[in-house]
Amino acid sequence: MRARVYWPVTLAAALLVALLAYGLTTTGTDTTLDSAMARGDRVDAPTSAALPLLGGEGTGSLADYKGKVVLVNVWAAWCDPCRDELPLIQKAHEMMESRGGTVLGIDVKENSGAALEAVDEFGLTFPNLRDRDGSYVREWGQTGYPENYVIDRDGKVAAVRRFPATQKWIDETLPPLLDESA
Amino acid sequence: MRALVVAALIALAVFAPAAGAAAPRTSLTDVEDEVMCLECGTALNVSNSAVADQEREFIAELIAQGKTKQQVKDALVAEYGPRVLAEPADEGFALTAWIVPALAALAALALVAFTARRWRRARPADAPGDDDPALDPDDARRLDAELAAFDR
Repeated sequence: MRARVYWPVTLAAALLVALLAYGLTTTGTDTTLDSAMARGDRVDAPTSAALPLLGGEGTGSLADYKGKVVLVNVWAAWCDPCRDELPLIQKAHEMMESRGGTVLGIDVKENSGAALEAVDEFGLTFPNLRDRDGSYVREWGQTGYPENYVIDRDGKVAAVRRFPATQKWIDETLPPLLDESA
Repeated sequence: MRALVVAALIALAVFAPAAGAAAPRTSLTDVEDEVMCLECGTALNVSNSAVADQEREFIAELIAQGKTKQQVKDALVAEYGPRVLAEPADEGFALTAWIVPALAALAALALVAFTARRWRRARPADAPGDDDPALDPDDARRLDAELAAFDR
């Protein structure tokens, strides 16, 4: 009798432990990108998923900007540091536009009405995609707001900024990549 | 007098539906506990972050437009995705939120049934029954004698 009970109980316990382990590994922060950047490697973007366009119909993705240097800016209107950073990002976009680059905004976890108000308020001219529930930026190992990722002309991630960008970081990071050819 | 009653009825017919349409069909407190603050991972009614404030503002606008609770929830899903609802999704890893409690309940029921069966099997051994060994003939005779003496 004892042996008959032992195996189902052991199996149930093993399944529960496996479920817990799966939950922990899939909800933890992914640091793959940071490790690659620390080594000085350029790696593929963690996701090529398409997201809804902000203020328009259809979707967009990084693939739409093949051959361009792309500064992916993670922002939200409810995030004060993002609002402080947006004028700098818009300025970077204006500089990049004439040199074969663009900013691609990823507006996270907010309704489109609030996001579009911020677009108007800050006069943003770069394209924006909507990451409605934050699952897209999670793939990038996002840890806070704002964040910036730089994609080179070959579509590889060349730089990651886990906190607000500065003019110095922009000046040091973007021009050398804009000077590269695909 | 009759003209006054007719005028009152007409006014009621004209203005009552308009008043009904403007009246809120749900309330913020009714919706808040069924919606998540996406950034905090907690129910909206216990969240105080900037994201939660923006979500509440969005809900309040919809309520002011006379939307029903279901319409508000549908609009939230359209804007923020299905994870904005406190009820777990019925696909992917979230499915475990439905399956695990059901499995746990089944396991508990099976345990109760198993234990009850063991108890039922154990009880006949304590009580006299058909399986009891037969009395020794001498003992049986003594028992009969004792009972007969008792009856007298």
